[in-house]
Amino acid sequence: MRLAEAWRVASDALRANRMRSLLTMLGVIIGVASVVLLVAIGTGTKQTVEQQVEGLGSNLLLVVPGRLDVGSAPAVSPLTLQDVDAVGRVVGDPGRVAVTVASGATVRAGTRQDFTTVQGVLETTPAVFARDVARGRYLSRSDVDTGRRVAILGDSVARILFPDREAVGQQINVAGVRFRVIGVFAPLGQSLGVDRDDEVHIPVTAAQRLYGTQRVDAIAVKAPDRERIDELGERIVAELNGRHPGTEFSAVTQEQILGVLGDILGILTGVLAAIAGISLLVGGVGVSNIMLVSVRERTREIGLRKAVGARPRDIGVQFLLEAVLLTAIGGLTGMALGVGGALLVAAVSPIPAAVTWWSLALAFSVSAAVGIVFGVVPAQRAARLDPVVALRAE
Amino acid sequence: MSRDPRPADRGGRAGAVPAIEAVDVSRTYQLDGVSVPALRGVTLTVPAGDYVALIGPSGSGKSTLMHLLGGLDRPTAGRLVIDGRVVGGLSAPELARLRNQTIGFVFQAFHLLPRTSAVENVALPLVYRGVGARERRERAAAMLGRVGLGHRLDHRPNQLSGGEQQRVAIARALVTDPTVLLADEPTGNLDSTTGAAVLELLEQLNTESGVALVMVTHDAEVAARARRRIAMRDGVIVADSDAGPATGGAGPGGGPAEGGAGS
Ligand SMILES: Nc1ncnc2c1ncn2[C@@H]1O[C@H](COP(=O)(O)OP(=O)(O)O)[C@@H](O)[C@H]1O
Ligand SMILES: [Mg+2]
Repeated sequence: MRLAEAWRVASDALRANRMRSLLTMLGVIIGVASVVLLVAIGTGTKQTVEQQVEGLGSNLLLVVPGRLDVGSAPAVSPLTLQDVDAVGRVVGDPGRVAVTVASGATVRAGTRQDFTTVQGVLETTPAVFARDVARGRYLSRSDVDTGRRVAILGDSVARILFPDREAVGQQINVAGVRFRVIGVFAPLGQSLGVDRDDEVHIPVTAAQRLYGTQRVDAIAVKAPDRERIDELGERIVAELNGRHPGTEFSAVTQEQILGVLGDILGILTGVLAAIAGISLLVGGVGVSNIMLVSVRERTREIGLRKAVGARPRDIGVQFLLEAVLLTAIGGLTGMALGVGGALLVAAVSPIPAAVTWWSLALAFSVSAAVGIVFGVVPAQRAARLDPVVALRAE
Repeated sequence: MSRDPRPADRGGRAGAVPAIEAVDVSRTYQLDGVSVPALRGVTLTVPAGDYVALIGPSGSGKSTLMHLLGGLDRPTAGRLVIDGRVVGGLSAPELARLRNQTIGFVFQAFHLLPRTSAVENVALPLVYRGVGARERRERAAAMLGRVGLGHRLDHRPNQLSGGEQQRVAIARALVTDPTVLLADEPTGNLDSTTGAAVLELLEQLNTESGVALVMVTHDAEVAARARRRIAMRDGVIVADSDAGPATGGAGPGGGPAEGGAGS
């Protein structure tokens, strides 16, 4: 019953000073809303990236020059098609080895044009990466061997160049050279604001001639079995080291890529949440401040309550409850705003946002804890007031 | 005594436990490192059901004494016993409980909670006694009826006149059935007509329910109506109509104590 009274008094006090309560809550509202929103964006981004990496296909081993870790710049590749053959021998099946040599290029068809990524690849690509052709066909062995000028278009490129015609069978012009369209990829859609259908595949041999180079940017291997994937990577790196003394190579698995990306995004999310947490803390200081004002304003009331039998604890609980109520209402409002903001961001922008239960639970408990932590001092001050002095207060 | 029709002796002095007993009680305030002795050795017994008027010039220590008698404050020296309990040994929560159960306060400034209905104001002491909401309201409403405000239950303080506000405060003081009602200048903020009515109410409650009434007043006429008058000056009792000449002269030398009550 005393607790019910404390509850009633606390909520009455907040209602009696609506504007002040709202302004005080604002810090907590903003803090909680930004924690929820930023964690949602961080989580959503991480999920999207993970799905994308996993969607590449399973048992994938990526072989690149240089070291693949946070912050290392991509080296100019010394890899050639001879190295690719060597890797194929190490793997024991050339059909499991894919390559890419990529460059941005303008692609034209009649008066229409599109600047896109043109990738030189092997006919093995669909077997290594999960990539489906919707219409026409993919590259054949002989396309690659003869450097035939044929191309498979990403869905977006096909739509841009041939909005009202079937693309397969048409001629296109890549960086001044004529190619024939033999296929169109099944659409992948957007992720993180990047159009994944904005690319063109041509035979790696044709691409090297087009760009005037012998290089291959990266080699991808679909390992025959999952257990020995690390060992296979080591053997491939050893082979390449033997062929290019003094150059470093790395073979990384999807798990390693996911691990690195996860670390980066995790740190990013943590930093964002911490920044948002600071505003929650500032909000808490505001709560503390306004509670001290509230105690001062109601000094006579405190004196009277003590005179009629309120124990110090009754008074303390009353003010602590008021502080917790402030931050809890602020927290709930902030949660609603954060969730609404996340839904809005996910709906109208390419940034993915995934609201997680743990972030809501965390934000709410933190805001309630802020109320307790920052309400304790004012509540104690109220509880310890000398009733005689309090009754005399102006 | 011909003007006092009430039974002067309601068992209090016949050997029963006195409501309040103060023996050589002192209260010294510390003000910026300076000691201010507000009470300097006060000895006083308030029997159950008594009606005491406390008079004396401003600053003589009347309010300080009232706070001590009500367990709102603790003496810095001396022995104070309220309802059989020694105040010096009680913790803050124990003292709060003692106030809740045995004391009712009425202040000059009413001290009603704003934005709170009359009945809820009256029920407040019952909240801290752990009484349920329904019973609280019933008892508070009944008490408001006794002070003549049965028709004002849900009015807020700012919707009541000064006299009505003080009646609400009196109802609040008595809703717990206390042993002692301590009223510090209860009519000080009221005009004389309203003040007289409030005074009559207090006296009536004193008679009917047997609650001891200790009242600070500046009005000699008011003091004269009390069964007993105690005069203070500079933190000591200079006259007590009960103690006779022994306490330093209830006679002509007793100062302001005897104003108009020439028994
Ligand atoms: N909290 C306090 N701190 C310091 N001095 C006080 C305090 N309260 C009262 N006094 C002093 O104690 C003396 C008695 O005060 P009080 O009991 O209020 O007198 P009265 O009620 O008779 O006017 C006065 O001199 C007053 O200034
Ligand atoms: Mg006074």
